[in-house]
Amino acid sequence: MFNHLLSLLIWLPIVGAVPVLLAGAARPNVARWLALLFMVLTFVVSLFLLPQYDATQGGMQLVESHLWIASLNVHYGLAVDGISVALILLTTIVGILVVIGAWEVIQNKTHQYMAAMLVLEGLMIGVFCATDALLFYVFFEAMLIPMFILIGIWGGPRRVYATLKFFIYTFLGSIFMLIALLYLYHKAGTFDLRTLAALPLTFTEQAWIFFAFLLAFAIKVPMVPVHTWLPDAHVEAPTGGSVVLAAVMLKVGTYGMLRFILPIVPDAGAHFTWVVVLLSLVAIVYIGYVALVQEDMKKLVAYSSVAHMGFVTLGIFIAFMLARELGDVDTARLGMQGAMVQMISHGFVSGAMFTCIGVMYDRLHTRLIKDYGGLINVMPWFGFFYVLFAMANCGLPGTSGFVGEFMVILASFKASPWIALFAAFTLIIGAGYTLWLVKRVLWGEIHNPHVAEMKDISGRETLVLGAFAALVLALGIWPEPLIHLMDSSVTQLVQQLAIHKI
Amino acid sequence: MALSTSILLVIALAPLVGCLLAGFLGKQIGRAGAHSVTILGLLISCGLSFYVLYQLVWGGAANYDQNLYTWFEIGKFNASVGFMVDRLTAMMMVVVTFVSLLVHVYTIGYMHDDPGYQRFFSYISLFTFSMLMLVMANNFLQLFFGWEAVGLVSYLLIGFWYKRPTAIFANLKAFLVNRVGDFGFLLGIAAVLTFLGTLDYATAFAAAPTLVGKTLAITQNVQWDAATVICVLLFIGAMGKSAQVPLHVWLPDSMEGPTPISALIHAATMVTAGIFMVARMSPLFELSQSALSFVMVIGATGALFTGLIGIVQNDIKRVIAYSTLSQLGYMTVALGVSAYAGAVFHLMTHAFFKALLFLGAGSVIIAMHHEQDMRYMGGLRKYMPITWITMWIGSLALVAIPFTSGFYSKDAIIEAVGESHRWGAAYAYFCVMAGAFVTATYTFRQMYLTFHGKERFTVVHDHGHGHHVEHMDDHGHHEQGIMHETPKESPWVVTLPLVLLAIPSLLVGFFTVKPMLFGGWFGSAIRVNGANDVLGEMGHEFHGALAMALHGFWSLPFGLVVLAFAITTYIYLFNTSVADKLKNALNPFYQMLNHKYWFDAVYYVLFARGGVKLGRLFWKAGDAAVIDGVMIDGTTAMTRRLASGMRRLQSGYLYQYAFAMIIGLILLLGGYWLFGPMLAAQ
Repeated sequence: MFNHLLSLLIWLPIVGAVPVLLAGAARPNVARWLALLFMVLTFVVSLFLLPQYDATQGGMQLVESHLWIASLNVHYGLAVDGISVALILLTTIVGILVVIGAWEVIQNKTHQYMAAMLVLEGLMIGVFCATDALLFYVFFEAMLIPMFILIGIWGGPRRVYATLKFFIYTFLGSIFMLIALLYLYHKAGTFDLRTLAALPLTFTEQAWIFFAFLLAFAIKVPMVPVHTWLPDAHVEAPTGGSVVLAAVMLKVGTYGMLRFILPIVPDAGAHFTWVVVLLSLVAIVYIGYVALVQEDMKKLVAYSSVAHMGFVTLGIFIAFMLARELGDVDTARLGMQGAMVQMISHGFVSGAMFTCIGVMYDRLHTRLIKDYGGLINVMPWFGFFYVLFAMANCGLPGTSGFVGEFMVILASFKASPWIALFAAFTLIIGAGYTLWLVKRVLWGEIHNPHVAEMKDISGRETLVLGAFAALVLALGIWPEPLIHLMDSSVTQLVQQLAIHKI
Repeated sequence: MALSTSILLVIALAPLVGCLLAGFLGKQIGRAGAHSVTILGLLISCGLSFYVLYQLVWGGAANYDQNLYTWFEIGKFNASVGFMVDRLTAMMMVVVTFVSLLVHVYTIGYMHDDPGYQRFFSYISLFTFSMLMLVMANNFLQLFFGWEAVGLVSYLLIGFWYKRPTAIFANLKAFLVNRVGDFGFLLGIAAVLTFLGTLDYATAFAAAPTLVGKTLAITQNVQWDAATVICVLLFIGAMGKSAQVPLHVWLPDSMEGPTPISALIHAATMVTAGIFMVARMSPLFELSQSALSFVMVIGATGALFTGLIGIVQNDIKRVIAYSTLSQLGYMTVALGVSAYAGAVFHLMTHAFFKALLFLGAGSVIIAMHHEQDMRYMGGLRKYMPITWITMWIGSLALVAIPFTSGFYSKDAIIEAVGESHRWGAAYAYFCVMAGAFVTATYTFRQMYLTFHGKERFTVVHDHGHGHHVEHMDDHGHHEQGIMHETPKESPWVVTLPLVLLAIPSLLVGFFTVKPMLFGGWFGSAIRVNGANDVLGEMGHEFHGALAMALHGFWSLPFGLVVLAFAITTYIYLFNTSVADKLKNALNPFYQMLNHKYWFDAVYYVLFARGGVKLGRLFWKAGDAAVIDGVMIDGTTAMTRRLASGMRRLQSGYLYQYAFAMIIGLILLLGGYWLFGPMLAAQ
């Protein structure tokens, strides 16, 4: 079994989607329980990664490789390092919570919804395992389909606009990535990522490839200025879709940067670091202000996601400055680790925030902030969770939201106090938009009579929010296990980006 | 004999356990259960804190500095959770747990009718845990954890009565203003890591001398002294938490919270965290004269000018709040002249007498059925003698009458500023000296308005309604100046803490001034360079607490207090019309104070309104217009135009196609004829 652990992880949920679909519309409960069963199974299997993956050694492990398309020398190549393991665990955990979260909420075509979720989960795990660029590309693109369906069928009134925007936006980026990959294949004769990493490339080649990759992944993250699909997609997506989108799919963008930009075009990456750093800081400050004035809760949290992902890109690219220009590998590792922790943490925090909005939406069928107010009077337990996640969202120590931001700010001060200054601005603006939201939604007198009728969270909702809360707190109080899991992989990445290819 | 890790853990965690039980099982264990578990936790914590202090001072225990667990370890960087307990920490632990314990007991009476009873106990226990984590930290990470955690609890408690619009405005404001400070603080921590390579106190302090001569490149040509940058950034954090000008605006508004937390958080402990932090960082601050001058000037400004606002306040709690701002200024000045021990000493005495004053004010508020406006009080002394006497004791300590605790700490600060030769010391000396007069003025005014003179309320007995004014909606629901029953002394759970705080307010200074200020009591916890050591200078002149107090009667500050006493006594006991005449005569000055120098108004327009405007501009002009409008929808529209243009070519008319073919043929042949030879030649 352990030789094919990764394959099992990818295909278990995808194959599981078949019986879920077969359960049919008439038996939604069967579909629900089956979906939950497969999600839990996948999670259990993913737990085996922890003993199987040797964190002290680092490197790509649990390797699987089969020739897939002989004429093009494409391999079905899978392997994981610490970062992949962490992201896969994030995916499998979120998968379970999303199914429980959708339990009674999705009444229409339940079986199809659950099947789409399972397929999406398998494909996302595939992205995090692929060591062959073309296989990665296939998973990367295939992922769009279930998400397209999730938003398109179970989405809100403007779902068609949102899905098209989402699809075309991401597809546009992917095209550039495909061109870059074809060029690399033309030179190396393979899509194997390790071979591509060792491929010598001139600076001009690297620069073109860098921007092609950057565009593809920047749209996915998303970075300013290619972020505008995200608020629309979130607003129209069903709660579960939003949770998966924010918690896992965005990470595919930054994960791609780690796997493609850092090893393949390190010199271009180093040369154009300032571009990404600048865009990251714009995301933190500019998007912070945009988030402040949103009237739709989902839009607000979507913009807040863009700002938080800014810390991931900042942490990754600050490592270039530190490792290359200053030769400070340890601080570069600090920044890179900060980015990695921020990825996982944002998965939990944004997932939780969107779940909270879903809980409110299910009761009042509106996402507009002005329709709420005084929720704490009728939903004290919900209020407890909401405040907790809000605090995590503004990076309060003791919650996971703090860890990554803290490490990235610490590292960036070494690179330049100005970068740290703008990054640390999140302390103010992040608290501003998050707590102003809390003030308008949670505190105060009830002014909308429908709010007075809202019931506090059910047992099922408590379970989901409680799980998110436990993860957010655990990671905030003791991040070392996660950091240890990724440490050797991060060190290798940092060493890799310090290598000159020219 | 060493301090035991288990004991320290119990001290920190006992309040947390109480918090969790009262918070999550509040319904199950009920009101009595909630206050019992939290008070038990605090009793354990407080008792053991005294034990730790005893061990350190008399038991010969060595200072404790150990990590509990690793938070992260990346290359050479290590961040841990751990405790450093020396005399400075132990003193803070005792002050925090002692005041917190009394506030817990007091709360039983004060929050008696409140529906959020259990929640309140849970919060104040959580606060105690956070504050202990802050003072017991042995590294910057944990310090920041405690720092932000007390901020969170402060946010929750200011907004405790969450239905009040003013309360939920005040708590958001408090959090955001504090975040401005934390912004600097976090950058300061980053600077420490950058220059000293560690987050651990002991290692950082040991490496501190290496900072000398190091600079930070601000631009290519501008280099700033590293120690100054670090200290100023860290101090910005203290400015937020300890409410220093210009980040002081949140503290008066925090009075929206229930009175027990005003005493505990917004007077005795949390707001002094910044003072504690700077004292703890003395090895760093000693390296930068410029940073210390900055600290001193900021502190002095606050000490005088925020105190002035206190004179024109009518809300009994707001007077004490402005007094707190002013006293925090005194502590900060002391830090600025390198009299760290003086600052911490004043922190301790202030914790007792200011908690006493707030709790006393709370007792008055209970008696007045949640009327806080002093204009509707007066003559209360005969109804509530214990509150009256204990508040006078607190007031005497606040105005620094010789022999009281406040005298020893405040007089020492004024003298230390006088001894200092640091840049700006003359200004600071003027501020703290004038501040003595201002302090006495607002304090005596408050006491007279509240307890003395004529009763400015009437008692109307009607037994139909109005007996149980709920806390949640006590504002505006009753007519001011009308009481439904005679004011009476508060129950023992309220008065007992007053008495227990009155004792140290009166006595603790007399017994501790010698060791704490001049005896090197803090040992290695506070480090002062020889040239800066103003307290050391003063130590040569010190001949015991008795002599200091007797000498105090002939000093200028005491003269100013007597003057203020004479003036306020005349105005508020004998000729009340003078107050209004003065107000009219000095109207511009009064307006300035009444509007609090317009800080709030300017901040609101500039940052709150301005921030929203900027956000809207970014959103509409940036995201909506440029990115979505021009880039996305523009591209879509262009594609559509291009497509419809191309569609027109496919008209389906044969003659058009034929015509196009002929044109094309001519162009091709013509092209070949013109350029063909040229291409062939190449």
